[in-house]
Amino acid sequence: MTPRQQMFAIAVSIVIVLLVFELVRRKRLREEYTWLWMLSAVTIFLITASRDLLMAITHLIGAVLPTTTVFLFGVLFLYLICLHYAVKMTTLSEQVKKLAQEHALLEAALRESMTGQRDKNGSE
Amino acid sequence: MKALIVMPARNEAQTIATVIAQLKALVPEADILVVNDASTDETARVAASAGAKVVTLPIHLGYGGAVQTGFKYAARKGYDVVVLMDADGQHDPACVPDLLKGLQDADVVLGSRFLGDCRYFIPFDRRVGMWLLRKIVRWVTGQSITDPTSGFQALRRQVVELLADDHYPVDFADADILILLHRVGFRIKEIPVVMHQRSHGISKYVPSYLRAAYYAFKMSLSILATLLRAAPKR
Repeated sequence: MTPRQQMFAIAVSIVIVLLVFELVRRKRLREEYTWLWMLSAVTIFLITASRDLLMAITHLIGAVLPTTTVFLFGVLFLYLICLHYAVKMTTLSEQVKKLAQEHALLEAALRESMTGQRDKNGSE
Repeated sequence: MKALIVMPARNEAQTIATVIAQLKALVPEADILVVNDASTDETARVAASAGAKVVTLPIHLGYGGAVQTGFKYAARKGYDVVVLMDADGQHDPACVPDLLKGLQDADVVLGSRFLGDCRYFIPFDRRVGMWLLRKIVRWVTGQSITDPTSGFQALRRQVVELLADDHYPVDFADADILILLHRVGFRIKEIPVVMHQRSHGISKYVPSYLRAAYYAFKMSLSILATLLRAAPKR
């Protein structure tokens, strides 16, 4: 891995951390969704900063070039992040469904009780 | 002075009737609101029979969401003062009058289990976490809060209105909220209270190193973000 590649990878991971943090600061992003982003940025930073670590992992996974390892980590993290979002979305869909149903039932109950009142008042 | 006691509850049918009865005896002038966080047991029915007002959430929001629901209720109904406490019997109702009295010269009164003679056991990893939070709160606010995660507190209406605003997500009674309130300029005070250990049921904090690490990460991020945002207006 050339020093230039290293510099670029390190710069990118720092930018990601700053960007994610700024989004949290502005309340555009919830803290609970950021841990995977931060973990991936930190991991990329670590493996590109330490040449020994990078080479060790490269040999471990059977890659030829160390840049492949960095690429692979990036892609793997993206998979994990997408999976994380899909899981969160499943919960959110369930919640939205429940809210919609409760809302409809509540509105019906309210309407029924109001017409019930009106009929009662009308018949007096 | 209209007071509302807010108790978030999820599956606390076993203990909630006792707590409500004790509160009615000790603080009869206060209204009691149980925020039922989508319990699967009889919590709502038991609480209503015991004489509390009940608000039932259609979906499970967790402690923070339930607490904020209670705050919204209090803000809309014009309560002057809110007492926040647990529904499981850990927080001793006898301390509620002391909390209310504390509001005479403060906007936020925190009940600390460590200030008095209370013997409360905390597992090691939580103790380390609390020590760290104490240090951070002290460094940022200059105040030494002994129990920064205490959910046993009394709040004035202005504080409640701030926390009820969706702009300020209330996660749980925690250090980042204290730092936020301090930045806005509210006066925070601590008094000793009695807390009992959990006699039954699962703790809100399931001990696990992963959960501790995640909590530490989330707290640090939240505190840092709170410090870097502009302080909200009162």
